[in-house]
Amino acid sequence: MKSPTLFRYGAVALLVGTIAVGCNATDSSQPSNLKSVSVTQIVEHPSLNAVRDGLKEELVLAGFDPDKTLNWQWESAQGNPPTATQIAQKFVGESPNVIVAISTPSAQSAAQASKQTPVIFSAVTDPINAKLVTQLEKPGGLITGVRDFAPADKHLDLIAKLVPKAKRVGVIYNAGESNSVSIVNFVKQSAPARKMTVVEATVSNSAEVATAAKSLVGRADVIYVPTDNTIVSALNSVLQVGIKNKLPVFSGDNESVEKGAIASLGFNYKDIGKQTGKMVVRVLKGEKPGEISVESPSQVELVVNPKAAQQMGVKIPDAMLKEAVKVVK
Amino acid sequence: MNIVALSGAIELGLLYGLVALGVYLSFRVLDFPDLTADGSFPLGGAVAATLIVKGVSPVLATMIAVCAGALSGICTASLNVKFKILNLLASILTMIALYSINLRIMGQPNVSLLGESTILTPLQGWLQALPSWLGTPLVMLVIVGLAKLLLDWFFKTEIGLAMRATGANPDMARAQGINTDRMILLGMGLSNGLIALAGALFAQVNGFADVTMGVGTIVFGLAAVIVGETILSKRGIFWATLAALLGSVLYRLVVAIALNTQVFGLQSQDLNLVTAVLVALALILPNYRKLRWRSSR
Repeated sequence: MKSPTLFRYGAVALLVGTIAVGCNATDSSQPSNLKSVSVTQIVEHPSLNAVRDGLKEELVLAGFDPDKTLNWQWESAQGNPPTATQIAQKFVGESPNVIVAISTPSAQSAAQASKQTPVIFSAVTDPINAKLVTQLEKPGGLITGVRDFAPADKHLDLIAKLVPKAKRVGVIYNAGESNSVSIVNFVKQSAPARKMTVVEATVSNSAEVATAAKSLVGRADVIYVPTDNTIVSALNSVLQVGIKNKLPVFSGDNESVEKGAIASLGFNYKDIGKQTGKMVVRVLKGEKPGEISVESPSQVELVVNPKAAQQMGVKIPDAMLKEAVKVVK
Repeated sequence: MNIVALSGAIELGLLYGLVALGVYLSFRVLDFPDLTADGSFPLGGAVAATLIVKGVSPVLATMIAVCAGALSGICTASLNVKFKILNLLASILTMIALYSINLRIMGQPNVSLLGESTILTPLQGWLQALPSWLGTPLVMLVIVGLAKLLLDWFFKTEIGLAMRATGANPDMARAQGINTDRMILLGMGLSNGLIALAGALFAQVNGFADVTMGVGTIVFGLAAVIVGETILSKRGIFWATLAALLGSVLYRLVVAIALNTQVFGLQSQDLNLVTAVLVALALILPNYRKLRWRSSR
């Protein structure tokens, strides 16, 4: 009977030892005179990663080099909200100069955990609905940031310009993504003024996207894909339906145009990251986050894909080709 | 690891201890592999958060959330015992249905409770007197401790014993005049009520309910139960439920370590791997121990 008991105590001792080592390792290795920025992100995803990279680039430009003159930390919660709360608690305990939270759940976790540390959010679509701030101008408190609310009204104008007969706009989105729901609500508000109606098709995972796209054939004149992670990851199914049925597909983000949607007025997520970086630098230099207004991305870029347009039976006028920041070949 | 991260991990571990107790009840006591947890955890959060935002008192909102969770468990159990759907499949059906139901309840994928009054608000004055890292974990310890003791007591009552017999040997239980169907309905309701309570508390303590927050709940619960059993051997109900709680706290401590980039080069990206290794080890070690024991005899 002796050896199993010994074994068990051995396992416990090992675990306790590991935790103790974990405690010591960080506490002793933190140089105190450098500024520190800790970044929490809900999931690794091209747009969110671009935000992080832009943020880092801007900090380097301002003289805060993560390799030399700045304590830089980054953690991803791998899509799991409980992990996001643990990351937030870890950061708050280390009290860095600024916590940057990319995405809504990460920002909410940081906001709940932080008592003193400034929190700058980024790529949050609707910070008021998420109760991160109560007002966009001079929010007060410890929190401000950059929101990425896509200009869906301008997207409808773009659709009207390229497909004048489009009256029924089919929207495919995942009803489980808060960003998409906010944008689709905005599309529904903006549509009547443009004499358009919105036809919805919702999915809960990427396997359902093809079926949802097919369900729009005959019910809609164009398909609009908002900035929705689930749909964008299965975009090819939508594009195939568009080409087969001459149903023009528009998107809310520029990457999707490069993959084969007709046109978009989208954000450059790296620019959003840079804009966030500028805000972080202001806080590092002593400004209070509560006195910095929540910002929207300063510009949208027009990207068009003439080949995709031709496949779906749409002609892009020369004027628009000239106006575009990028024409996909 | 700093004190805030450490106390945060213990707090989350205790909170998820309710999930571990629920999974212990379904998985070990009733021998019912129940994936409803991935849906009933966010269900608890969704119901509590939505009601609190509408102005319902947090205590009442939490109680309604527990009832909703219990209903979801009863739904899974009915699919199994009344309609003879395989238990695992029945729970998967309820779980995917709950995804849509949770979205309907919240009306959006994420409901924020930042700045709203929660179940912790009445304790605010008392909490502020304590160091901030101590207060919430202490509240969790009291709630989870109470749940554990109530569960221990329940398992010693006549109904509790009948429930344990149902899981251990259904044929024998039926021969003794126990209505095993009713026991499964009750047990699954209880299990998912506990898990929904965890979801409701998570939303209130961490400031938001999100429709994705249930992902991996069942894997976590199983990990906690199995790891706990490896450390505390089974010596009756009191120790078994304690083991589940201990496993839950240990699991969160391991996550906290994995978040500590300086140790072993582990990062949050490695979390799923760490979980898998942890559970696999916990499953392998008891066998290894048995082998050693046999050979040493």
